[in-house]
Amino acid sequence: MHGVHEAGAGVKRTQNLPSAVTCLMILLAAAVLAQAQPAAVPKFDDAAVERGKNAFVAACGFCHGSNARGGEGGPDLIRSVLVLDDEGGKELGAFLRVGRPGSGMPAFDLPSPQVADIATFLHSRVAAAAFRNTYQIGNILVGDAKAGEAFFNGAGGCNTCHSPGGDLVGVGAKYETVNLQLKFLMPRSGGRGPGGRGGPPQGPPINVTVTLPSGETFHGALVRITDFDVTLRDASNVTRSFARNGDVPKVELADPLQHHLDMLTKYTDKNIHDLTAYLVTLK
Amino acid sequence: MTMRFSIGAVFLAATCGALVAQGPLDGSLLGKPPVEAWPTYHGDYSGRHYSTLDQINQSNVKALSLAWLYRINTSKTGAIVGGEGPDDAPAGGNPTIKSIPLMVNGMLYFSAPDHAWAVDARTGQEVWHYYWKTKGGIHIGNRGMGMYNNWLFFETPDCYLVSLDASTGRERWHRQITDVKQEYFCTPSPLIIRNHVIVGMGGDSLDVPGWLESRDPETGDVQWKWYSTPRPGQPGAESWPDIYSMEHGGGMTWQPWTYDPELNLMYVATGNPNPVMAGQSRRGDNLYTASIVALNPDSGKLAWHFQVSPHDTHDWDATQVPVLIDDVLNGQRRKLLANASRNGFYFLLDRTTGKNLVTKPFVESLNWHKGVDALGRPIPDPAKDPKVEGVLVSPNSSGITNWPAPSFNPDTGLFYVGTSQPFSMFYLTDTDARPQGYGAAERQAGALGSYLRAIDYKTGTVVWKHMTQTGAQGLLSTAGGLLFGNDGAGNFIAFDPKSGKPLWHAGIGNDTNAPMTYMLDGRQYVTVGAGDTLFAFYLQ
Repeated sequence: MHGVHEAGAGVKRTQNLPSAVTCLMILLAAAVLAQAQPAAVPKFDDAAVERGKNAFVAACGFCHGSNARGGEGGPDLIRSVLVLDDEGGKELGAFLRVGRPGSGMPAFDLPSPQVADIATFLHSRVAAAAFRNTYQIGNILVGDAKAGEAFFNGAGGCNTCHSPGGDLVGVGAKYETVNLQLKFLMPRSGGRGPGGRGGPPQGPPINVTVTLPSGETFHGALVRITDFDVTLRDASNVTRSFARNGDVPKVELADPLQHHLDMLTKYTDKNIHDLTAYLVTLK
Repeated sequence: MTMRFSIGAVFLAATCGALVAQGPLDGSLLGKPPVEAWPTYHGDYSGRHYSTLDQINQSNVKALSLAWLYRINTSKTGAIVGGEGPDDAPAGGNPTIKSIPLMVNGMLYFSAPDHAWAVDARTGQEVWHYYWKTKGGIHIGNRGMGMYNNWLFFETPDCYLVSLDASTGRERWHRQITDVKQEYFCTPSPLIIRNHVIVGMGGDSLDVPGWLESRDPETGDVQWKWYSTPRPGQPGAESWPDIYSMEHGGGMTWQPWTYDPELNLMYVATGNPNPVMAGQSRRGDNLYTASIVALNPDSGKLAWHFQVSPHDTHDWDATQVPVLIDDVLNGQRRKLLANASRNGFYFLLDRTTGKNLVTKPFVESLNWHKGVDALGRPIPDPAKDPKVEGVLVSPNSSGITNWPAPSFNPDTGLFYVGTSQPFSMFYLTDTDARPQGYGAAERQAGALGSYLRAIDYKTGTVVWKHMTQTGAQGLLSTAGGLLFGNDGAGNFIAFDPKSGKPLWHAGIGNDTNAPMTYMLDGRQYVTVGAGDTLFAFYLQ
């Protein structure tokens, strides 16, 4: 980055300001920028899905595969336009009564309730592929807890702020494993990515000190900072905002989570897996 | 084909003189710098988002003030109603303005999902509103309209191409582009090249093929289709394991395109391959997804391609604007194409041949590549493909930048782009040999700083960066020594394009697409959408 200079003036970077501020805003950015966002996930009658699955496997599974993704000669039905166009088994039933004899698809004479169940099963499979916020994360506990402990006390530098006998007592029981992993990566992150939407940012705020030309100072949690203004919430929960004009007033920021941000470019994936394996042992 | 426009131009000159009212677009304006019209999404064909206007400039920008604002009206009452959906189709709330208005003969034309408007460019008064009854589809955005003669064209979320009479807003016809039930949805602003209405699409959820097509502006008939994945036997087919994977391989065409009239080539940046994040059923480079391609607009024939993300597994659509730059390098006139991609790399290409000249990261956080290959393409690190146990990758699927238009300013030689540096964990969730949909879950894991960056277009070196609160943002630069953008915290800002120093601002809420500018009655206007409101500024 030879030749780069930063044009943002007047902020004393006690800590890395942009990283911290961006973290507060990233959920907003993701919401604005993701090209595709899931609509509401359709609901299915679990019993009908189960009946439909059994009927499908018996009647259709040999050719189309038990998961309907295609099998011995039969096409993938999750991507079938006919299935996607179907509503409640109506189109599917009409098709099944005739079949497509020329291309090896025989006619099926199934009772309407069974066709409706099969349709429900297929639509549930379509939704399971199309709605990514319903995807289930698998086993992420693959790391070496011993190596994780060494990283915690060594290269990771975690022990400079945290201790297994202190603030982290019971942390392995407190969070689901995935959330535990995300918590140490970025405690302020809302969790789900652009595909799943996030909640509000959590974790400790950025601390800000504003010093007026008179020497009067104000200290609190950073709410907002731009080139033209800064807003904080003080210890008595009062919100104060100040206009900014270059270096006046003086603004100092300190992010207690700065080390977490700095680590993002340093972790290997093995470090992350090992650290996760170690932290889950802190029950 | 050029005859139509010649007739149009004669008509204009004969009947209108100095244009003061609505009327047909003089097609010859499409290839010129935008001054008294802004007749395409990009203003012109180059995608530079640069204006030669300088009435508003560094010496007087402090006096820039509000001319008018127009809050979009989505009421069906009083609207011209069309569409194939039910009468009680949901209106979908107040959409944000992600389109860039066209300005032709004193009238602004713009659209949002299921809606289109004509608004008086002098006064901000609504002239007509068109309401589309939708059949559904993802209502994430609409980039705006295309104009041919007196006809307007826009796409709907349920993937129809609608043509309106610009004078009245009355529908001429609508034609289906593709089937919304296959999870397609349509957002692009159609591009007009002579008598071609170029139309594209989006859709990532069910592994459907992407294509670009050309339609006749009079009838709406398809003139040609170009599939962004090859058909069996065609060049590029070797970059897929089988026919099935390439026919379900994605490559959506959802960002407005650019065009070089001299070369008669249009430049199309394509979306990610499918399944999006589970790559095991599509081993290979997956041409022509996540690529910049040059097509002949008369035939749809491919002239060249350059893939910016071979075998993408992180949803990095390459659909950022392919910006056309003409310059003299080493005493030689060069036709170039610059692109700051979602994957965090800046590319400079020779747009006649597609040959790569520069490939360089323009941020600090990238961790997914292992250098650059002999063709100038980044080499993806397979260790960073989504895994069941999770991998940490920057950028996340939103990318370093995204669809909002960057700006190239020939006065400074700088390419401006809004950036963020997000990280996510990517967890493979579909381990089947034939995964479907996205195939992986993504969870955010923090981010380094967001900046507006100025890149030396010849070298890819970042010359300055200015902190912002969100990343990608729509930009406009002008010969008045101004760069218009926003800080992601609600401020619309005029920056010094040489340093990034803010010179003027107004708190209007977060801009939702690039500003545009035009000259009307001897006065320069700068217009920008923020949320559901369009703002126009001029000098008092």
